[in-house]
Amino acid sequence: MSLDHATVRRIASLARIRVEEHEVEPLRNELNGILGWIEQLNEVDVTGIAPLTGATNMAMAMRADVVTDGGYADKVLSNAPERIGDFYVVPKVVE
Amino acid sequence: MLTDLTIAQARDGLRAKEFSAVDLTMAHLHAIEKLNTRLNAFITVSHSQALDQARAADAALAAGEARALTGIPLAIKDLFCTAGVRTTAGSKILGPFVPPYESTVTANLLRDGAVLLGKTNLDEFAMGSSNMTSAYGPVENPWKRKQDETAVLVPGGSSGGSAASVAARLAMGATGTDTGGSIRQPASFCGLVGVKPTYGRCSRWGVVAFASSLDHPGPFARTVRDSAILLGSMAGHDPKDSTSAAVPVPDFEAACARGVKGLRIGVPREYHSDGMPAEIDALWQQGLDWLRAAGAEIVDVSLPYTKYGLATYYIVAPAEASSNLARYDGVRFGARENGEDLRDLYERTRAEGFGPEVRRRVLIGTYVLSAGYYDAYYLRAQKIRALILKDFTDAFAHVDALLTPTAPSAAFAQGENMDDPIKMYLNDLFTVPANLAGVPAASVPVGLDANGLPLGLQVIGKPFDEETVFAVSATLEQAAGFTALPAIRAGG
Repeated sequence: MSLDHATVRRIASLARIRVEEHEVEPLRNELNGILGWIEQLNEVDVTGIAPLTGATNMAMAMRADVVTDGGYADKVLSNAPERIGDFYVVPKVVE
Repeated sequence: MLTDLTIAQARDGLRAKEFSAVDLTMAHLHAIEKLNTRLNAFITVSHSQALDQARAADAALAAGEARALTGIPLAIKDLFCTAGVRTTAGSKILGPFVPPYESTVTANLLRDGAVLLGKTNLDEFAMGSSNMTSAYGPVENPWKRKQDETAVLVPGGSSGGSAASVAARLAMGATGTDTGGSIRQPASFCGLVGVKPTYGRCSRWGVVAFASSLDHPGPFARTVRDSAILLGSMAGHDPKDSTSAAVPVPDFEAACARGVKGLRIGVPREYHSDGMPAEIDALWQQGLDWLRAAGAEIVDVSLPYTKYGLATYYIVAPAEASSNLARYDGVRFGARENGEDLRDLYERTRAEGFGPEVRRRVLIGTYVLSAGYYDAYYLRAQKIRALILKDFTDAFAHVDALLTPTAPSAAFAQGENMDDPIKMYLNDLFTVPANLAGVPAASVPVGLDANGLPLGLQVIGKPFDEETVFAVSATLEQAAGFTALPAIRAGG
C-alpha cells in the first residue's frame, strides 16, 4: 500500500497537524519508505493467533469506586493559560 | 574525587561521616556548572532544591535515619513529572509545563532520601536513538574516538542526557525510560549499566506517555550493583498505574552476588546477522566464554519471530503514540498557537509544537489505526507481538537468561544516520523484542571497540526475574573488568 497526496493530507487532518503544501511530497516519501519496510510483516502467517494488546496477558485490577484524591483546583489550574476563579478561560470553541 | 564514587561507596561514606550530603551534592553541581554548557545533558538544573534535599539528607544521617539513597545525587530524565520543576519531554509543546504532581518513580526516590539534581535531555517524547530530536538541542557523548577527538558523538537515545550525565560524573545515577531500547542503547554507547525491568515493575504514573504498553522506567548507573540499588527504590506496586504489578520487590542488590553457577544461558541464533561488526560478534563470544568459565551452561536457542520485532514495533509504538499525544492541543496547558477557529488552533499548535520525528510517528500511527487499515496493520502487528512473546516463553522453558549484543554499533557521530529514518530505527534491532514481550533486560559495558568506544552486552531474563539478570550482569562485569573512562568527565 502506497500513500498518495490526498491520503497524506487526510491523515494529517485526522491527526490535527497542519501540513503546508510544500511539505506534503517529502512527507509522503518518508511515510511510504516506512510503510514499505513494514510490509515484511505480510509474510507472517497469523491465522488463528489471538492479538496481544499489552506487554503481557495481565488481567485488569479491580478497585473500589470511591473518590481517593482531589480537592485542589489551584493545582489543577496551575498550568492554565488563563483562568477566572476555578475555571479555565480558553478561546471560543462553540460558534 | 567525590564524583568518582559509586552509589554503594557514597552510601557508606555518608554513613561513616567521611563527607556530608551537601559536600557530595555541591561536587556534582560544580561538575554540572563546568561541563553542562558543552554536554547539554541537563535541560533544567534544580540547584536550590537539590541543596535543600542534601541538607535534609544530612539531618536524617545525623539522626540515624538514613534510607537506601539518603544524600545520593541523581539525574532525572525530563519525561518524569517533578512537582514544581519544569518537565518538557524534550518538546516545545510542553515548554511551559510545570507539573503540580510528582511521578511515582521520583516520589519513591525522594522517599528513600535521594537528591534530585535536575532534568535531563532526551529525544522529543522519547522518540529517537540519538538525542538528536530534542527541541532543546543535541547532547554530546562524553566518550571520544581515539583517532578523531574532534568528532562529536551522540550519547544514544532517547535517554541521552541521563546517560551522558552519569558517564561524565555529573550525577551518580539517573532514571531513564525504555520503550524500544532507550535505556539499554545509550547505556551501551556511554559505557554504563542500564536496566529495563519487567513491564509493571516500575510505575508509569506521572511519566509522560509515549507508547503505554511498551514504556518502561528504569535506572542508569556506573556499576551493576548501583543499578540494583536504584531499581530497588524505583520499583513497587502503585495503584495509580493499572498496569503496575502487585508483586513484592526482591533484594536486587543481594542478587548481584549470586553468580551464574548452574544457570543455563541461551544464545538466540537469529541475533547473528551478516552485517554485525566482527568486534561486536567477538565480544559476544567472549561474554559467553566468561559465563561458561563462571559455571553457566551455554545453550543454543531459537527466537524465530524476533526478526519481525522492529517492524512490529513501528506499528504498535506509533499507534499508541498517536493516541497518547492527542492530548496536546494547546487548550488547557502547554504551548499554544492561535488560529481562525478551534480546529485551526489545534492544527497550528501541533504543527508548531511537534518536531519532524514526532510528527512522522503520529501520522504513521494515525494511518495504521484509521478505518480500513486497522486490521491490515495494527491488528496484524498485535498478533505478531503475541508470536514474539511466545518465542520468549518457549525459550525460557529451557534457559534462565539470554545473552545478546545490546546495539549493532558503538556510538556514532552527530549527523550520521540522519538521512533515513529506518537507518536510525535499526539501532533498536536487538533491544525492541524485550519491550514487545515485557521481559526484563540490562546492558552491561564489557569492552571497547577499535576506536576506544564502549560496547555493551544485553542480558534478557524471565518476567519478574530481574534477580537473575543482575546475577548474570554482575558476573559479566566482574569478568570484563571494564575500567575505561570517558574523555570528558568531572575532574578529567
